[in-house]
Amino acid sequence: MTEDGLPSSGSEGTAGGIPQSPQTPLPPHGMQSTTSMEPTSPLRLKLRRVTEISIIGGSAISAVLPLIALVAMLVVLFLEAIPAIRFNGWGILTGSTWNVGNAYAAFQHSHGVTHLVGAAYGAWPLIVGTLLTSAIAIIVGLPIAVGAAILVVEKLPNAIASVIGLFLEVLAGVPSAVIGLWGILTFGPWLAAHIYPWLSHMPNVPVLNYFRGNYNRAGQGLLTAGLVLAAMIIPIIAATTRDLLRQVPEATKEGAEALGMTSAEVFKTVQARWVRTGVIGAAVLGLGRALGETIAMALVAGGIQYVPSNIYQGASTIAAAIVLQLDAALTDPTGLAVKTLAELALILMVITLSVNVLARVIVRRAAKGAVLPVGAGF
Amino acid sequence: MAVGETTAGALAAQRNSIATSRKIRNHLWWGVCSVSLAFVIIPVVWIVWGIATQAASVWRWNLFIHTTATQNGLLNAIVGTFLITAGVAVIAGVVGIGCGVYISEVARPSVTTTILRSASEILSGIPSIVFGYVGYVALVVYLHWGFSLLAAWLVLSFLVVPYVAKSTELALSQVPLAYREGGEALGMHRTRVLRSLVMRSAIPGIATGLIIALAISIGETAPLLYTANWSDHLPTTQLVHASVPYLTYPVYTFYNEPLASLSALASDAALLLLVLVLLLILAARLVVHTTQKYSPNRALRGK
Repeated sequence: MTEDGLPSSGSEGTAGGIPQSPQTPLPPHGMQSTTSMEPTSPLRLKLRRVTEISIIGGSAISAVLPLIALVAMLVVLFLEAIPAIRFNGWGILTGSTWNVGNAYAAFQHSHGVTHLVGAAYGAWPLIVGTLLTSAIAIIVGLPIAVGAAILVVEKLPNAIASVIGLFLEVLAGVPSAVIGLWGILTFGPWLAAHIYPWLSHMPNVPVLNYFRGNYNRAGQGLLTAGLVLAAMIIPIIAATTRDLLRQVPEATKEGAEALGMTSAEVFKTVQARWVRTGVIGAAVLGLGRALGETIAMALVAGGIQYVPSNIYQGASTIAAAIVLQLDAALTDPTGLAVKTLAELALILMVITLSVNVLARVIVRRAAKGAVLPVGAGF
Repeated sequence: MAVGETTAGALAAQRNSIATSRKIRNHLWWGVCSVSLAFVIIPVVWIVWGIATQAASVWRWNLFIHTTATQNGLLNAIVGTFLITAGVAVIAGVVGIGCGVYISEVARPSVTTTILRSASEILSGIPSIVFGYVGYVALVVYLHWGFSLLAAWLVLSFLVVPYVAKSTELALSQVPLAYREGGEALGMHRTRVLRSLVMRSAIPGIATGLIIALAISIGETAPLLYTANWSDHLPTTQLVHASVPYLTYPVYTFYNEPLASLSALASDAALLLLVLVLLLILAARLVVHTTQKYSPNRALRGK
């Protein structure tokens, strides 16, 4: 099969080390199974070639499709966003006003783009909302996920570890709309009734004074959104940390134990150093997921495009805005509002792409060839 | 002598206190870890329990026979979700498995395979809303498909292809070399070895990946809002120019409807989704569990 430019298996047309031409039928040995396994008639040979070529061709096409999809997505978004990029300039990153404009007045032209009177698109509150909710999610979720993974690997028997693995899979598998519904019907109101009254009496000192302020009854806002996000990224970080910890060689741990260290000290000297980089990578991967989470944020964050002044205030994220603003955007007869959503999607894609590439570089360096279920989400 | 005794006593006391503080710190450390674990378990139980009780209080069995047009059922959404998921299983299955086979079996490890693998991994990190928006711009608007089943299939399929590809590649890489060598020693052709030996032993891993991909596609909302839109009526098999209903839509939009019968459907749909995802996760576990006993790796390693 070398004429296809393919690596030959070397076994072509040979049986028992004796070179044979493919056309020669095998001697009737009573081992008919060999004959049926290796087709020898010209027709069957042709059929085999067709099979081989279709496997190679089909799989090659499939393998290229994700790359094509990736490039196509970037190109489509960029082309779609060009008018919005020309109209908004850098203002989209710094401005705070989001106004589709007056659809009943005459259209205006500026920067070579037709737009409505008063149209202004500033995504600064969305960028702040995205970064803050994700930051809360990482600050809360990372220690919890890592602590749980440590306990599961180091102390718990396999049967319990397997059950907790199931819990992580369920948490990772719950649809984001369902988590959002839980956040808005159960979790948010509970926080507003039991936790926020207590939390809002924090002393008036820097950092903690962001906890002072009013919250709404439904608990919709920055902190609730961050906590819901934390629940969504915990499975990613915990599962990765767990699998990394399981790769730490027993002998190294035993060596540290033989020196008389307590199990916590063993962990700090051996496992912590072993998995450190990988856990950072997993955290960045979780961050990527948090930055792009849409439906749960659209439900829980409050959908308010202002820069929040305390941690309970309603906010919105880039991803949530793309969903929440579509209906309003479609009312813009000039189409600029929809194009601006494309620009938002482009910004979001660039942010998450860089975060994910960073995470994978870190994890790959940490794993050094070991296969990790990173990014599998489960 | 007296001086020496006091020093020894002080040393012993100091050593004792160090030992005690190390013990306390050890217990504290594992205590903190236990609390973390509790914070992982609590949300899972709380979400499942919260959704289940919410739905139980408004549950009606006849939601399986009415459509949302009557405000009394979810039949159209259920059928739509199955229709969408079945299509995704076929498209993402073919493309994902093909992708995994190419990277692991057909191509030699090279820069090309690294690029292809990275592209697939990066694709899995892109937010689903971006998939939805691109699908809207390119398929719904530019290709004039309108809100349609085909657009939903394509967008969701590319969303989950990386998961299928990754698990296929992993499963294939775990098939022992001895299997391939054995096949070749029997005079089997390369394609035959791939089909009859390698793929067959990789089936459990591939199946698990597919199941996970299906669980993800059942739970997606954002990409479908832009491609399938929503319809109050039973979906047809019409590929373009027909909106398709799906289960996550009522969860996302009906929950604050003033009409009680409609807002109840949000909780019902959430419970149905949760049950579907749980079943898929258990199915994946079952596949892993039952096949591990007969796994080639296990047999060869003598475990």
